[in-house]
Amino acid sequence: MTTARTIAFTLNGASVGADVKPHENLVELLQAQFGLTGARESCGQGMCGCCTVLVNGRAVSGCLYLASFADGAEVTTVEGLASGDALDPVQDAFIETAAFQCGYCTPGFILMAKQLLDEHPDPDDSMIRHYLSGNLCRCASYPQIVEAVRSAARRRLRRPSA
Amino acid sequence: MATTPVPGGQVGRSLPRLEARDKVTGRAEYAHTMRLPGMLYGKIFRSTVPHGRLIGIDTAAARAMPGVHGVYAGEDVRKVIPDPYYGPAFHDQPILALDKVRFVGEPVAVVVASDPHVAEEAVALIAATYEELPAVFDEVAAMSPAVLVHDELKPAGTFADLKHLKGRKNTNVARDFHLRLGDVDKAFAEAAAVFEHEFRTQKVLHVPLEPFAAIADASDNRLTVYSGTQGPSFVRSELARLLGWPENRVRVKVPCLGGGFGAKLYIKLEALAAALSMLARRPVKLALSMEEQFYMITRHPTTCRIKSGVDKNGRVIARKCEVFWNGGAYADIGPRVTQKSGFTAPGPYDIANVAIDSYALYTNLTPAGALRGFGVPQLVFAYESHTDMVARALKIDPVKFRRDNLLRAGRPQATGTVLKDAATDAVLDRLAQCIDWGKPFDRGSGPIRRGRGLALGIKAVISPTTSVAAINVAADGSCTLYCGTVDMGQGSDTAMAQIAGEVLNIAAQDIAVTPRDTDITPYDMGTLGSRSLFHMGHAVRLAALDAKEKLAAMAREVGEPDGSNTPVAELFRKKYGMQAGNVIGAGTYKPDYTPPDSKSGQTPNVTPFWMVAGTAVEVEVDCETGHVRIVKLVNVADCGRAINPRIVETQLSGGSLMQLGFTMFEKMNIEGGQVTNASLADYKIPGMLDVPATIENVTVENRQENGPFGAKGVGEVATFGVSPAIANAIEDAVGVRVTVLPLNPEAVLRALRVKAGSPLDSE
Ligand code: FES
Ligand code: FES
Repeated sequence: MTTARTIAFTLNGASVGADVKPHENLVELLQAQFGLTGARESCGQGMCGCCTVLVNGRAVSGCLYLASFADGAEVTTVEGLASGDALDPVQDAFIETAAFQCGYCTPGFILMAKQLLDEHPDPDDSMIRHYLSGNLCRCASYPQIVEAVRSAARRRLRRPSA
Repeated sequence: MATTPVPGGQVGRSLPRLEARDKVTGRAEYAHTMRLPGMLYGKIFRSTVPHGRLIGIDTAAARAMPGVHGVYAGEDVRKVIPDPYYGPAFHDQPILALDKVRFVGEPVAVVVASDPHVAEEAVALIAATYEELPAVFDEVAAMSPAVLVHDELKPAGTFADLKHLKGRKNTNVARDFHLRLGDVDKAFAEAAAVFEHEFRTQKVLHVPLEPFAAIADASDNRLTVYSGTQGPSFVRSELARLLGWPENRVRVKVPCLGGGFGAKLYIKLEALAAALSMLARRPVKLALSMEEQFYMITRHPTTCRIKSGVDKNGRVIARKCEVFWNGGAYADIGPRVTQKSGFTAPGPYDIANVAIDSYALYTNLTPAGALRGFGVPQLVFAYESHTDMVARALKIDPVKFRRDNLLRAGRPQATGTVLKDAATDAVLDRLAQCIDWGKPFDRGSGPIRRGRGLALGIKAVISPTTSVAAINVAADGSCTLYCGTVDMGQGSDTAMAQIAGEVLNIAAQDIAVTPRDTDITPYDMGTLGSRSLFHMGHAVRLAALDAKEKLAAMAREVGEPDGSNTPVAELFRKKYGMQAGNVIGAGTYKPDYTPPDSKSGQTPNVTPFWMVAGTAVEVEVDCETGHVRIVKLVNVADCGRAINPRIVETQLSGGSLMQLGFTMFEKMNIEGGQVTNASLADYKIPGMLDVPATIENVTVENRQENGPFGAKGVGEVATFGVSPAIANAIEDAVGVRVTVLPLNPEAVLRALRVKAGSPLDSE
């Protein structure tokens, strides 16, 4: 279609480059060129959060975020959260509280929950619900997701380095 | 790896899902994000008219677009599949439209290209001409043959009870089911009071967050399909039938499913993907957008009329139910819903005289199929709303009225099949208790009023169906389980591993569950209707027992004394002189069943198990806006014995919240056959802020005697009571009755204004 341009960015801590077309979005880039499918498309219009990616530490909807805008940015996906075998406390908490069923929405919720806890280490339920209200879960694991975020907050407060 | 024997049992443990790590790390693979080398992408050109003769398709401009590999229409499909009609109950759905289109959104042509964006742009260049025909959208209107969706009925031949419909003309009724018990007319004549109401449910859809996707890879004598399907065995046999091939040349592999809820059953995209791959001679992927899901499959809208005759003691002595199921343009599984759910239309009540007439209707809308409850939630909305309305009219407490009429274990249901292991009493008692029924509470003041309501429903698992499982014990003692049940989030892999582990005395997390692959995993009828834990659970249990017996025989053979604790790996070493060999256990389960009499619908054995569950709510109604807030929601279910209590709880909670969306706001808006809200921006599904402030999930443990370790299915049960419980609570709060779903602010406000004598203008 139109010509590609070359961009360079940091992906989960590693410096990478990619050729991207002007219309290509971040989800397509991550899936097609890096084999990362944790950010995945569902609604395609910014309503569900399944495509959530952190760009320079901020959660964005990858389905609406043009790949070329990632040039020079620091991009983190759900695949970049664990260090070696050790999961991020948010990931551990999601397993512990059974906060998902099909798991399609889970990476998006985990990234949003992580951003929430980075900003507010000890949120109350109402804050959790409002903060995560832009993410949808058709399996409706919502009560367990709230529980997971509470548990993750406790884990992080116990282990502040995380 | 040696397996760790565990002292405690596996059944009853709240073990985290086996695939949990893959899901939280983003590694879990879904069809929608899968790629094969050399793969092309197909994008679908869809009908813009609800009913029309297809006059011509102009694909020249699309073909000419650079990067387009091919453009294919219905006649092209015929080159590789001469008789391209498919469906589980009727062979009525063409892979791509042939002579006619029957709903807006029906696939008419496909562009295949190496870049999905190119395919999509090329689709916009296709033009089709139609001779528009009159269309029918309403299920009751479709009872008249004025507009015919199909010229002739084409039952699949799979089901004996549909055979008589073959060749039937001049009708939109795909299936009619009738049940007669006692003498209804006489009982109505004798009744002290007779009540009749009509209820309607709207068109809603599953919206799995992973939209439908399938990849087909055809070579000359082999077809491999990767699909997010709930029924790989059916997909394989149906593709084999379409191609005229033996089943062993068709392979269906199933990655994780990002939700199914009944949508991803039978053939959906698989036949089209297969035809495209054969035509393009490359692997072809079809992955739908969210919008396109609105043109795939939905729940049945229904009109349900219930009439009850009550004697002077408040006993229901007669009930007549007429149910019209709006099946859309193609039958899908609708004819089964009409019967298999139709016979529970009188509800969990002990009524001596019953008449049921249930009709599956073709209309010019997106086809309807199974959605978490197989038609039962629509029926429960009708009969449990009706139950409250009758009780209130008779000035009897609604819970007492239910107790007085309840169908209890040991008594025959309307089909004549005796209710067994169904804790109707306990579920009703717990509902009343959890919502503090009969106790005074703050009913609110000013514009905000509070009320309480409850409802319970019953469902029979679809029967007869078959499941097969196998277990492979390797020479190191580790076990692999092969079963075709698809884990779409309900936790079946974990539960099946727990059942196998219980028999073999192995920790469930040490058992590997093989991903679904019809070349490897044995037959299963499908992951649907809450049947899997019971049917596949039995097959897995039997396979594990078979393996255990074979291991015991091996122990005897190598001279181990009876009851010795020699590790399994040691047995293999003794037998084969090294770490070699395996033991394979197999199990098949199919319950007994007696088909209902074709006229009376009577049978002594309609189902191997009954599901019973209900919901109680407290709501707050804003009389000025019609807005309803759910203050508290309690689900109570008879779950047999819980194999994994934590997973049971998430199923109850998730099922009820999904039904909450279908109750309060979800609705496909359709104008002249066009869906006007086909996106998540316009079709709202429940989010975090829609969750009631208090939600409780209560299980009544009631061993299912014929179930695997006393268990039965619970995937759908929490949907049963939600809608009528809320409708009942609204009446309790403000004295108005809404009989049409959804119970959105507009519907409630309209009802309030009618009651106040100042109705709003009609739409
Ligand atoms: S797919 Fe991006 S927000 Fe839904
Ligand atoms: S776990 Fe299935 S959509 Fe959230």
